[in-house]
Amino acid sequence: MKRWIGILLVAAVAVVIAVYYVTRPEKAMETPQTAQTTAPAPAAAPAATPTPPAKPAKDSVVIGLSLEPPVLDSSLNAAAAIREITYQNIYESLTRIDRNGNIVPGLAESWTVSPDGKEYVFKLRTGVKYHDGEDFDASDVKFSIERLIAPDSKVPAKNLYRSIDTVEVVDPATVKITMKNPDAFILFNLGIADAALVDPKSSPTNGTNPIGTGPFKFVERKEGESITLTKADTYRNPDAIKLKNVTFKFVKDPSAQINALLAGDVDTFPGFQAPELVGRLKADDRFAVVVGSTQGETILATNNGEGKPMAKLEVRQAIAHAINRDELIAAESGFALPIGTHFSPADPAYVDLTGTYPFNLDKAKELMKAAGYENGFEATLKLPPVGYAKRAGEVMVSQLGKIGIKLSIVQLEWPQWLSEVFKERNYDFTIVAHTEANDIDRYARDGYYWNYVSEEFRNVYKEMVATVDPAKRTELLKQLQTIIAKDAVNGYLFQLAKIGVWNKNLVGMWENSPTPSIDLSEVYWK
Amino acid sequence: MLEFMLRRLFAALFTLVAASLVVFAVLEVLPGDPALVMLGMEAQPDTLAALRKELGLDQPLWVRYFAWIGDMATFDLGRSHAYKTDVATMLLNRLDVTLPLAVLAVSFAVCLGLPLGIMAAANHGKAGDYGVMMFSQAGIAVPNFWIGLLLVLVLSLGLRWFPAGGFPGWDKDFWGSLHALVLPVIALGLPEAAILARIARSAMLDTMREDYVRTARAKGVPERGVLFGHVLRNALIPIITIVGLFFAFQVGGAIIIESVFYLPGLGQLIYQSINNRDLVVIKDVVILLTVMVLAINLAIDMVYALIDPRPKIKA
Repeated sequence: MKRWIGILLVAAVAVVIAVYYVTRPEKAMETPQTAQTTAPAPAAAPAATPTPPAKPAKDSVVIGLSLEPPVLDSSLNAAAAIREITYQNIYESLTRIDRNGNIVPGLAESWTVSPDGKEYVFKLRTGVKYHDGEDFDASDVKFSIERLIAPDSKVPAKNLYRSIDTVEVVDPATVKITMKNPDAFILFNLGIADAALVDPKSSPTNGTNPIGTGPFKFVERKEGESITLTKADTYRNPDAIKLKNVTFKFVKDPSAQINALLAGDVDTFPGFQAPELVGRLKADDRFAVVVGSTQGETILATNNGEGKPMAKLEVRQAIAHAINRDELIAAESGFALPIGTHFSPADPAYVDLTGTYPFNLDKAKELMKAAGYENGFEATLKLPPVGYAKRAGEVMVSQLGKIGIKLSIVQLEWPQWLSEVFKERNYDFTIVAHTEANDIDRYARDGYYWNYVSEEFRNVYKEMVATVDPAKRTELLKQLQTIIAKDAVNGYLFQLAKIGVWNKNLVGMWENSPTPSIDLSEVYWK
Repeated sequence: MLEFMLRRLFAALFTLVAASLVVFAVLEVLPGDPALVMLGMEAQPDTLAALRKELGLDQPLWVRYFAWIGDMATFDLGRSHAYKTDVATMLLNRLDVTLPLAVLAVSFAVCLGLPLGIMAAANHGKAGDYGVMMFSQAGIAVPNFWIGLLLVLVLSLGLRWFPAGGFPGWDKDFWGSLHALVLPVIALGLPEAAILARIARSAMLDTMREDYVRTARAKGVPERGVLFGHVLRNALIPIITIVGLFFAFQVGGAIIIESVFYLPGLGQLIYQSINNRDLVVIKDVVILLTVMVLAINLAIDMVYALIDPRPKIKA
């Protein structure tokens, strides 16, 4: 009987070993195979530091992203991942936003603006071809921009282009855009992913098979796993592009992201979202951890609407005095910059207004008393499912608790947050990062979820948008920032940092994120 | 037997219709608007209305329900709102990962847990029994994702025997794909093996107390004959039940392990579609899971009938 049990045990162990050995020998085969596409070899072997014998320069890269884009066409969906993958790589726009947020020529070689700011004439590059061999010309610009502004348009960013009146083809290489009213941001907005220029013929299938004019063309998508691009032979300046194969791989869980980097499966996470885990990567000399700026103003968004305690200026001022940004930034492991208004510190027009209502609990309590809330009040804090909101949410509960505002956290899924907080405005407080560039215009909008109405702000905003002179416009932008800071519309917490992690030998990745993009046109291995 | 099977089929059909109603109703009650998720924080009243119309969300409830059921009845699973691809293709791609993962993990659990359980029962009260019970206790207590993280730390980051995650795809790299599934299979299978060992042990011990086992021993059947011919065969019913449950659970429930090893499985698809409010996909996945669980249950019933003739007589 004992013998039988022994045999059974051996059989069990044998099965385990068999499973292992059946799969084990493939390791040796698999490595060289994947080396072409993922090329983790040098990074994967820290022990073997001497570089492997004469190998051609590495020309493929694996980029890790936490979220998978639903489609690959930004006119269909607002997901940032679409823009990160496609912008500058697959599609191009009239102008182009460079790594520092400057507006530079894209598919338009040059442009002129009429003195009243109402007419833009774009001179297009010639000889530009799409990945399927079709020629690019002015009629494609007309098609692509009219798609954004059409009355029945379903494009997420439609609002950015409402100031455009007509688009005319002057000749195949010239386009004239006429504005309903001058718009200070139109050249920027014509340069982002949402204004991608596409061919009317291929546009219906761009969601699943994107075709653009950019340096990389779409190869294949494995849903839930990866998207592969390759250098486009139709690109106008092939010598400038060093990479040949690009794979975007989707890894959602932060500890799995670290594992993927350490194992060499992924070369870079351009937007790493778990600051508390960065220490592990900093300790590893294979990786560079680069902290850059984003357009993400993280705010304690406040319902200013009628009937809420926060409709009173004193209450909002008290909240502003009760916010201790040092603690909030510590909760982000230090990867954040303090802000005192809704504007990116990376922008030249930024004013530091963090001292408008300095941290002062006595002052805050006084203001609460003046507002008639000596004993405080209860409120909900509805949080979207993102790491920074969870971290900052806990801190806000404790900080506002000190002046008698008893917050109860309600954790929401993203679709719920959009419906309940953003659309129905059924909330007291929430924490969210507003990641669009130049998004101070939200304060001038009717029915935006903060319920903020200020004639002063709206008037200055109207004037700023119509101003063509850059110096004057900067001056007005500064005024706008000051108005909302003084009104303490929202709690201005911090600017999200872009934590980029990449292999030390990978050169040319964007350090900052002026617009969502993982531009690979200047990336190479050294 | 035929009547038994027919009855089961009708019950299955009824369950399917009930499931379809429940999933449809739950998705209607669930807060969140698919069109709003697609448009995000730039959504405007005019774009939102236009998109809702395009997606057919402005249609009355019953029209949408019957349109969906009608499509399902003709095996047309429809198109995903968010992905703009056929749901059938999406599901097949995900099953490429999920089915092998579930089959391998359950096989691993059976190959490890069953012998351990038998050994423990045969050595009841001795060292081997205590050893198995300790393993089982630990295996039940430790969550599978933690085992997964530990395996990655030691076997892929430390020894570099296995990839840390990902899945190359069967047609592209068969052995590489199998290789990529080894750690997830162990992480999923180990706690199940622990549960199975415990169940097998107690089922065997219960059966050993039966009169016919004593009779078998008394009439001189060799011990191994008693153990496998009489005890194991009769103890198989609870064991098979639990194996069926494991399988059903894994088809949709391996989401955490899929996340640890970034595998593109069905669990991730469910998670993603719920987050995108991709209604067609969620509904179809739920129906697919219901069909699979029903099929598993049916298969288990048939196995019962094979190993134990008694249910046949009742039917």
